[in-house]
Amino acid sequence: MRARRPRWSSVAKVALITGFALLLAACGTSDLPQDALTPAGPTARAQDDLWKLVFPIAVVVFVLVQGLIIFAVIRFRAKGDEVDLPKQVAGNTRLEIAWTIVPALLLLYIAFPTVATIFEQAAEPDEAERVDVTVVGKQYWWEFVYPQSGVVTANEMVIPTGTPVYVQLDGIATYELDDGAEDQASNLVMHSFWVPKLAGKVDFVPGHDDRYVTLEADEPGRYAGQCAEFCGLSHANMKFDVVAVEPAEYDDWIAAQSEEAGQPEDEQLRLGYDLFGANCVACHAVDGHEASVGVRTGPNLTHFASRETFAGGIFENADTEQLKAWIANPQREKPGAQMIPFGSLADEELDALAAYLQSLD
Amino acid sequence: MTAIADKPSSQQPSRGRFSRPTATTGWASWLTTTDHKKIGILYFFATFFFFLVGGLEALVIRSQLAGPAGSLVTSNQYSQIFTMHGLTMIFFVVMPMGTGVFGNYLMPIMIGARDVAFPRLNALSFWVFVAGGVFLYSSALLGGTPDGSWVNYASLQGVGPDPENLSLLGDAIHSRRMLFYSLGLQIAGIASLATAVNFVVTILNMRAPGMTLMRMPVFVWMTLVTAFLLLFAMPVIGVALWMVMFDVGYAANFFRPEGGGDPVLWQHLFWLFGHPEVYIMVLPAFGIVSEVLPVFSRKPLFGYAAVVFSGIAIGFIGWGVWAHHMFTTGLGPIANAAFGITSMIIAVPTGIKIFNWIGTLWGGHLKFHTPMLFAIGLVSMFTIGGLSGVTHAVVPANAQQHDTYYVVAHFHYVLFGGAIFGLFAGVYYWFPKATGRLLRESLGKIHFWMMLIGFNLTFGPQHILGLNGMPRRIYTYESGMGWDLWNLVSTIGAFVIALSILVFLINLVISIRAGAVASDDPWDARTLEWTVPSPPPQHNFDVVPTVTARDELWHRKYAGKEADIPKRVPSGASADHADAGAADARATAGAQVPAGIHLPDPSYWPLVLSVGLPIAGWGVIFGQPVVIGLGLVWTLVSMLAWALEPSVEESH
Repeated sequence: MRARRPRWSSVAKVALITGFALLLAACGTSDLPQDALTPAGPTARAQDDLWKLVFPIAVVVFVLVQGLIIFAVIRFRAKGDEVDLPKQVAGNTRLEIAWTIVPALLLLYIAFPTVATIFEQAAEPDEAERVDVTVVGKQYWWEFVYPQSGVVTANEMVIPTGTPVYVQLDGIATYELDDGAEDQASNLVMHSFWVPKLAGKVDFVPGHDDRYVTLEADEPGRYAGQCAEFCGLSHANMKFDVVAVEPAEYDDWIAAQSEEAGQPEDEQLRLGYDLFGANCVACHAVDGHEASVGVRTGPNLTHFASRETFAGGIFENADTEQLKAWIANPQREKPGAQMIPFGSLADEELDALAAYLQSLD
Repeated sequence: MTAIADKPSSQQPSRGRFSRPTATTGWASWLTTTDHKKIGILYFFATFFFFLVGGLEALVIRSQLAGPAGSLVTSNQYSQIFTMHGLTMIFFVVMPMGTGVFGNYLMPIMIGARDVAFPRLNALSFWVFVAGGVFLYSSALLGGTPDGSWVNYASLQGVGPDPENLSLLGDAIHSRRMLFYSLGLQIAGIASLATAVNFVVTILNMRAPGMTLMRMPVFVWMTLVTAFLLLFAMPVIGVALWMVMFDVGYAANFFRPEGGGDPVLWQHLFWLFGHPEVYIMVLPAFGIVSEVLPVFSRKPLFGYAAVVFSGIAIGFIGWGVWAHHMFTTGLGPIANAAFGITSMIIAVPTGIKIFNWIGTLWGGHLKFHTPMLFAIGLVSMFTIGGLSGVTHAVVPANAQQHDTYYVVAHFHYVLFGGAIFGLFAGVYYWFPKATGRLLRESLGKIHFWMMLIGFNLTFGPQHILGLNGMPRRIYTYESGMGWDLWNLVSTIGAFVIALSILVFLINLVISIRAGAVASDDPWDARTLEWTVPSPPPQHNFDVVPTVTARDELWHRKYAGKEADIPKRVPSGASADHADAGAADARATAGAQVPAGIHLPDPSYWPLVLSVGLPIAGWGVIFGQPVVIGLGLVWTLVSMLAWALEPSVEESH
């Protein structure tokens, strides 16, 4: 027995290290767009740090328990020739106390940093140093409002790097139309705002406006996000990107987004402009368009072409055919989409409308 | 009624207006039975049928997700199928298998009783359960099944997955689906509640002489804890479902923010039921494993008291962890911290069980028959689910895990790796008791290994998928997210599980007809159900046994104290039990049978009554007050007839 012991422990060690390496190799791959194990900002990193604390403990307990089971199964299997019964052991108080207290202590060890991080992450960042973004969940896309500058956009949330972004999930958001009337900004379905590389989820809850999460990106880049609370037919198609840019570039972006769209000169764009005024302004705003009333039912399209995607982050803006197909029949392209189909428009009208939208940069 | 002898004439005079059914064989006997064993068998076939249905739904889900941009089903169909998979497996498979099948068949025999306390109520539980299932699935023919997921969060339940109804769903169709959810679960809940009352009363009042609480088999203990959990949890979901019905059907405003309601209230009510529900599903399986492991280790359960009290502790703490399903809802740091800590605490009693099971194996002479394989499978697989559960309790990390496939993996390791493995252990273990025949060992072992491999192939990779950012409840995903490979593996695993179930089905069919004949005690077991013939007579015991020890049968068979190494003794020769060997008791039973064994009579009314509830439900769904009234009157008249039913014994 004594000769065996070192062999067992070295086997266990090798198994542990190999298992660990395999698991880490399998799990953390930084080029996956929504990988929660490769955080790119302090919020996600603090969450990942706790994972890195608890996961190895779980692996050790896993190996211990499975090891005990496997050992017992091999060592204590009936040989078939036992006449006598095994020793009848009904329990052991010391062992019972041990395997009550040891797990409790392990959990206590996890509980302290857990509670500390809960409160850290609930803290509000300093108002002077942060950027505020109000997020409204719609069917099935995300609207981003920058209250400090008045910018309203969709699908792409642009943030400055190295700056805490205080995101409010506003489930009672309303907005004022140009004629002074008020309207509800969201349509009362629950969503969950999730950018795995930057921060864990926080729910968008209709009727509540006090849900917040602080995001921060270390480096410039596009960080994929997705709705994480089942919200209907196109729950799977409710995506978005957080686009982190250098602070100077962010200031430029805010300035550009604050500008109104101009009046096009080109004949086709002019037709698109008119068609937009005749068909789209009931739900979409293009600030600067003479017919636009500032409605927020659909995405604000003033700077449509400055974004890479539309329809909840699932189609590319540059794809003209896709854009036309979407306008003609949104439900065929994306189940449950809330936009009215405009299949009645002629092909050249769709061309003109698409061209107009793609000119809005 | 085979077992009814003449009753003493002190019976009350008949107040009955309806004669009672008397069939003891044939299909009519099954429809009218009040025998807990027959009801248990009915439950087995019903739940197994639902298991196959839910399994087919799972195969559709996995086929759709096998690769990116799956096109097997539409989003609308997918929502219905994954919702029904969850509802079916939880409310119509795992939950009724634990209590309805095993609790019903075994608990009375294990405590030395001849039936449950309220046999007609027991029959009612089964028929109402069936009515609930039929009602819920009738939605498939009436505009579509519920499609808001099994948690059916507000305010999606109010407005529907397609609020503007631009594509294919009308508002009416949506509310119909939600009413099917509300009323279907409501009806099934009545069955659970009736079972709960019945089992609590039975276990507390009908134990044989000497069967003290601390001599009860652990399975009976876990059934008792489960029954109490049901007793307190079902009213919570009942109220909440009622509120859904009023919100959806009658424009109430409990959960609608636009009317001043709060969608978060639904989450609290749902999970206040929903978390105890997890233990309702898994504790019976824990009980089964606590019976199987000692028998095949040929040792008593290690730390009986610890296993029992940890089960009770789980029952209590289980009420204080519900908000860990809501860590991203925005309850605030204090609530999140509190529920994070309680969720960690509940890991302690769960760990105690695991270690005691391993302690039971330790030093034993392990015999790896199929029930033992499944029981060890539970200990091993449930550990994985328990550990991932601890990672959920780390609230900030949970913000990443919540509503991803990591959670899907977690609860399948708990409910499949835990409950289903345990339930199959129970099927293989008690099949000879119920049928008098053994399931084939060879096929059983193939079943086990295929299921173990398929299960891990299916749900193991889902941990990685979730951590790599794949949300739950999505009907499609695009290539390039890094999810393709593991989804494919997971789908292959699902089909391996399906094949293993096919092997079980074949085994079942072969063994029922031509399995090896089982003795009364084929496993050299420990508890009272193995003292009676296989299958047991309707009255279970010719003589109600007097219990002198935990593991009564074992003590009758083996002499010596537990700490020593006991020797098998000739029946009746044990110093502890000089007068009561198992076979002995039956041999002399004829002389000891008292003048009459009181047994419950069959009745039409549980079946008849159960028909009224879905009728009322369909009335609500189609807005027909007359039909609602008809259903309710039907139910009330059945109750009255039930009350006025005579006892059949007077006709003897």
